[in-house]
Amino acid sequence: MNTTRYVLVFVLALTAIVAVLLTSLREATKVQAQLNEEIFEKRAILKAVQDHLGENVEVDNLSDDEVLKIFNGSVEQKVLDMDGSEIDGMAAEDVDMAKEKKKPEEERVLPLFIYSPEGSEDNFYIVSVRGNGLWDEIWGNIAFESDLNTITGATFDHKGETPGLGAEIKDNPTFAKNFKGTKIYKDGAYVSVEVKKGGAQDETHQVDGISGATVTADGVSEMLYRGIKYYEPYFEKARSK
Amino acid sequence: MAETAVQEKEPLLAFGKNEQKLLSDPLNDNNPITVQVLGICSALAVTSLVVPSVVMSIAVVFVCAFSSLFTSLLRNYIPKQVRMIVQLVIIASLVTVVELTLQFLNYPIYKQLSVYIGLIITNCIVMGRLEAFAMANKPWRSFLDGVGNGLGYGAILIMVALIRELFGKGSLFAGSGIEMKIIGASTDYFINTQTNTWFAWYANNNLMVLPAAAMFIIGIFIWIQRSYNTKLVDIS
Repeated sequence: MNTTRYVLVFVLALTAIVAVLLTSLREATKVQAQLNEEIFEKRAILKAVQDHLGENVEVDNLSDDEVLKIFNGSVEQKVLDMDGSEIDGMAAEDVDMAKEKKKPEEERVLPLFIYSPEGSEDNFYIVSVRGNGLWDEIWGNIAFESDLNTITGATFDHKGETPGLGAEIKDNPTFAKNFKGTKIYKDGAYVSVEVKKGGAQDETHQVDGISGATVTADGVSEMLYRGIKYYEPYFEKARSK
Repeated sequence: MAETAVQEKEPLLAFGKNEQKLLSDPLNDNNPITVQVLGICSALAVTSLVVPSVVMSIAVVFVCAFSSLFTSLLRNYIPKQVRMIVQLVIIASLVTVVELTLQFLNYPIYKQLSVYIGLIITNCIVMGRLEAFAMANKPWRSFLDGVGNGLGYGAILIMVALIRELFGKGSLFAGSGIEMKIIGASTDYFINTQTNTWFAWYANNNLMVLPAAAMFIIGIFIWIQRSYNTKLVDIS
């Protein structure tokens, strides 16, 4: 049996050594890891407007530098408050959706990315939404055409959905592709887009669900309904301009 | 200390019959999953696709090998009262190293696997080997034992994942550069791959995607293994 003193000294020394080692490793890799994360998120945003990036441009095949180049050159960033007014002096990429989700609704800010392809008059509006899946949070970027009604692309991601089931919202390219062409208004009223178990009947407002992932799919429907509604005040203003 | 000095004459990194056995035993006679029935939780959870299973196996081999090595190096200094907490500190640190390295090298893979990587800390195989082997053996042998058990775990994981992905999705290696559609005509996973599949009548079995399927498959593995390796059958 060891003395209490030895046990304490041993444990404290071990913890201190481990803490120093892990902190140094974290510090050494931090800059690159943060850059990786930033590019990862920007890639997801650009992926929502994949169809408008140009001939034969695949977001997945772009190098990190090319992603940053498109982002800095053709994407305008805005931050909105819940009344749809722009907030000056903030960049949309600095908005942390996870933190915003924890705030009371009226205090949140909304990131908005506007992609304008070179040599084109079109604007594509990319909004960010965040909600809950089965196990943990899910989020996505939804791109709208200039009419602010028709969805032209979407990307989804998740923290811990089941691989092969709920995780399909990200892994299965068909799921996100089905959103293209759907509309969030029906006869002038906001209805959002629903993920429909058993297959979409109304293809303008519904997309096919994923077998075995009902809760995640319902989470996506709920996230879209609520998340896009937040942007409605801004959409109204932008449309009346 | 005269006796220990005599024993230490063998080279530090000897690789004789005993050492080979440390690597080969966990692959069959002493497999952590099918014989010791450890690490079942992650074997059920991550095996629906092959690619995450492969990365998970690599990570477990790394953590298992190096936690055994460090525990063995410290084995004479670790106070017995807190040995499990000390082992846990070593395991958790190594898992953090894996996480930080992935964040640095390949962020998309890190995003895909972050949940599973954290789960290695709770994998009973790692701690089981530290308690059963590394606490009583020299560093090199402990390291080999860790590698062997990691491989034994990984072998079962990848075999289960191959079966589950093939029958559950009709594909193999989805999510990697070499993903391929093997059987079934269902287009719900891959776009434009209706052609060139072999058994076009096959409909994906959704049970295979669920963790329960892994339970059945591991059960069948245990059955097969015991039917040819009769010394594993418990007669008592």
